[in-house]
Amino acid sequence: MKYKGWFLRAAAFLPLALMTFLLSGCADVVVLDPKGEIGKHQLDLIYITTGLCLIIIVPVLILTFWIAWKYRAKSKKKEAYQPEWDHSTKLETIWWGIPILIILLIAIVTVQYSYKLEPSKAIASDNKPITIQVVALDWKWLFLYPEQGIATVNYVQFPEKVPVQFQLTADAPMNSFWIPQLGGQIYTMSGMAMKLHLIADEPGDYFGTGANFSGEYFGKMTFNAKATSQADFDKWVQDVKQSYPAMSQDGYNELAQPETSLVRSFSAFPNGLFDNIVNKYVVDGSGHHHGGGEAAPLKDSAAASGQAANGEPDMSGMDMSDTDVSGAAHQH
Amino acid sequence: MKITKLSDFFVTGDPLIYGADVAIGLTMVAIVVALTAFKRWGWLWREWLTTVDHKRIGIMYVIASLLMLFRGGVDALLMRTQLALPDSMEFLKPDHYNDIFTTHGVIMILFMAMPLMFGLFNLTVPLQIGARDVAFPLLNSLSFWLFFMGAMLFNVSFVIGGSPEAGWLAYPPLSEKMFSPGVGQDFYIWGIQISGIGSLMTGINFIVTILKMRAPGMKLMKMPMFTWSVLSSCLTIILAFPILTVTLALLFIDRYFGAHFFTLDMGGNPMMYINLIWMWGHPEVYIVVLPAFGIFSEIVATFSKKRLFGYGSMVFALMSISIFSFFTWAHHFFTMGSGANVNAFFAVTTMIIAIPTGVKVFNWLFTMYKGKITFELPMLWTMAFIPCFVVGGMTGVMLSVAPADFQFHNSYFLIAHFHQVLIGGVVFGYFAGLYYWWPKVFGFKLNDKLGKWAFWLWNIGFYVCFMPQYVLGLMGMTRRVSSYSWDTGWWSWNFVSTIGGFLMGIGFLFQVWQILHSIKFMERVKGDPWGGRTLEWSIPSPAPFYNFAITPKVEGRDDWWRRKELAAKGVQDPPPKYEPIHMPKNSGTPIVMSLFWFILGFGFVFDWLWLIVPGAIGIAATMLYHSFNYDTDYYVTVDEIKKTEAKAGRVV
Repeated sequence: MKYKGWFLRAAAFLPLALMTFLLSGCADVVVLDPKGEIGKHQLDLIYITTGLCLIIIVPVLILTFWIAWKYRAKSKKKEAYQPEWDHSTKLETIWWGIPILIILLIAIVTVQYSYKLEPSKAIASDNKPITIQVVALDWKWLFLYPEQGIATVNYVQFPEKVPVQFQLTADAPMNSFWIPQLGGQIYTMSGMAMKLHLIADEPGDYFGTGANFSGEYFGKMTFNAKATSQADFDKWVQDVKQSYPAMSQDGYNELAQPETSLVRSFSAFPNGLFDNIVNKYVVDGSGHHHGGGEAAPLKDSAAASGQAANGEPDMSGMDMSDTDVSGAAHQH
Repeated sequence: MKITKLSDFFVTGDPLIYGADVAIGLTMVAIVVALTAFKRWGWLWREWLTTVDHKRIGIMYVIASLLMLFRGGVDALLMRTQLALPDSMEFLKPDHYNDIFTTHGVIMILFMAMPLMFGLFNLTVPLQIGARDVAFPLLNSLSFWLFFMGAMLFNVSFVIGGSPEAGWLAYPPLSEKMFSPGVGQDFYIWGIQISGIGSLMTGINFIVTILKMRAPGMKLMKMPMFTWSVLSSCLTIILAFPILTVTLALLFIDRYFGAHFFTLDMGGNPMMYINLIWMWGHPEVYIVVLPAFGIFSEIVATFSKKRLFGYGSMVFALMSISIFSFFTWAHHFFTMGSGANVNAFFAVTTMIIAIPTGVKVFNWLFTMYKGKITFELPMLWTMAFIPCFVVGGMTGVMLSVAPADFQFHNSYFLIAHFHQVLIGGVVFGYFAGLYYWWPKVFGFKLNDKLGKWAFWLWNIGFYVCFMPQYVLGLMGMTRRVSSYSWDTGWWSWNFVSTIGGFLMGIGFLFQVWQILHSIKFMERVKGDPWGGRTLEWSIPSPAPFYNFAITPKVEGRDDWWRRKELAAKGVQDPPPKYEPIHMPKNSGTPIVMSLFWFILGFGFVFDWLWLIVPGAIGIAATMLYHSFNYDTDYYVTVDEIKKTEAKAGRVV
């Protein structure tokens, strides 16, 4: 008996200790602590679908243990044993029916949210959106501010409550651009200009990371995404313009070498750098086009910042009007 | 590739690898010495290497896959050890870590799960349907040896040339020559290609076996559920594996001939590769999990002493899963930006699969309902599977919600999900199957007590390892990072997860101990130790090499159970009337031909024409030799059948 008491106390203590130990790091569950509209909607969706799943999961788990316990051969109570009972149309209709209903509900919600949260869709806001161009390099993130004319590495700053239109590409193997507290990720691919719209509802330092393996030092591709007030942002831009060197094309080429990098800032960058990077891998007349309508190679720089920013997304996925597709069939 | 110094050829510089080199060398020497000392070379060649007996091929598959489970498991523990050390503490350098997660993934799916599955097919299917062997026994042997040589070619990269390091699916452009100039990626391509041919042939072989070689009277709807699951899995194989072969062939052409199918530049389209590889990759996970569903169906019915509930539903569910598995591939890259139309479509097709899968769970539960359940090892693993798979299925539905997936994709949430369904579904299922059919294969049971230790260690270890990973995913930890800083708050969860990983490792050691212990204190069993329901339990354990002395006549589902009930009522079987049995002869062709495939593959990896040419000639020559070999079969005489049956304690 004494042994059992000790055992029970230990059994009660261990999970408690474990919980304390684990919860010490719990403030950082970033996906569950969104600070932007998109992330908040995605969290709603996660909660809705989890809840719908639980409607079916919880009874199944209870049923599993209940049936296994009740009909164990060692049971003292003699339960009805019906070795030939193997069919019941009524029961089977029920458990084809319930999952179909639940999945139907989840599917309806998912389809609605798929359109609502399409990453290339502009966020409705009173504030004029800011465009930031993102280039995934080996193994660092380059951020270009076409409107402000500055550039940064492994650090991105933008004003709060202002929709940010990220234009994404890669000059290296594919990666994925993710700031969990603001919202979900999108791939960065060479020869493509992808779009991702995010917004920060309050100032803060948000963890950002590459999410798709891109080679040796992929693990070093984290960055800080900082949302500040508009005034602080403007001040920061001025500061960068005054205190940091400009990036030349050679400077870019050097930066693109496969190495890790510290945080860096540049007061200027070569004209049309983003478009050049996107077009670098496009062969005339053989452009590979992607389904989204947002992700086509850009031929004229107008498409990069101007056209793309006014953003009603084209759901047909076929609109190539702002790109040069001469001689290139739309390939899927 | 030009080899100018030794380190171009052998992997050097890492003490872990030197240690492995020594261990591999010593093991090989020990095997050669033992075989020579006990004069076992001839025995090994005649009884095993050249066998076309499905039962022996099955055993070889199981042994090879358990070895691969060990290697893949060690990889996993190395990774977990690195992840328990935050802040640039380098137990593994990033490039070594990248090697290891790549080989871990490839080995666990292609060289562990697949062969273990084929092993169970081989050990069970012909016995379940009352057949003497598979439809094409020699092809079966060739399939095994191609898998084996492919696996060896892949594993050689560990010590020679260097491992692949572009992830288990080798996404280009990272896997192209531009970013992966080493030979590791070529080992990957050729290892998978060679074993892939074997997988495809096994798929064909078992489809034909199941469709053409069932005992008289066994209509399709009277087949055991495991056989149904094998059929659905093999149909998926023959549709999916050609896609893999072509995809990797295109990647090979890119790398070897400098083409631009998937390259970064010159109009290559890496996204095409990602689509193609998942057109195979997604069906692949159903290929491995469907047979596990079959295994659970057999076990639940046997240990509940009750007919399987909802047989028709089960068949329909299996078949619809194998069809729907081909329409979900894009859910692996919702984040590619294909637009809301595409994402919504693939989200919905993915969710639809949850319906038949969920129905199967209900059917298992209601098979147990009003049964008399005993919890021996196979049933224990089944009971562990149900809650684990149900929760894994739920996180799968969560991931299939495309807009939410933007937050889960490539994070540890995803890692936790697919390990939960692959370990909780596939590994638990195959373990259950191994425990269940082990007495049939070897004629003795595995020790129960050690088995329970292994069971609890695996199960507790599983949850301790993978539940924290869901949290890590929500904390923003992405897959394939080898280090992280303290301020992420990830350390404590990673540390706990690592403990769980090691618990599973200890569980595996208990299983090894269990097998060795059970061999030593052999607990012999008769033909039907579990009170089975299907034909494999109607013959002695281990099964005689010709399986059935007399081809059974099947009259219903669970035919052996029916015959036992008749026998209990006093109905006697008529005395057996034996006839000579037509059997295939052993052949060295498969192993020799596969060896030439290995040589060819190795030659292509290093671009050594002097190896490629003899490899190719060897393959053609063995094929030609076999085409003109008419001495391929023989008859077992009635005398020998009587002797064998008498030895197994049967009425003659």
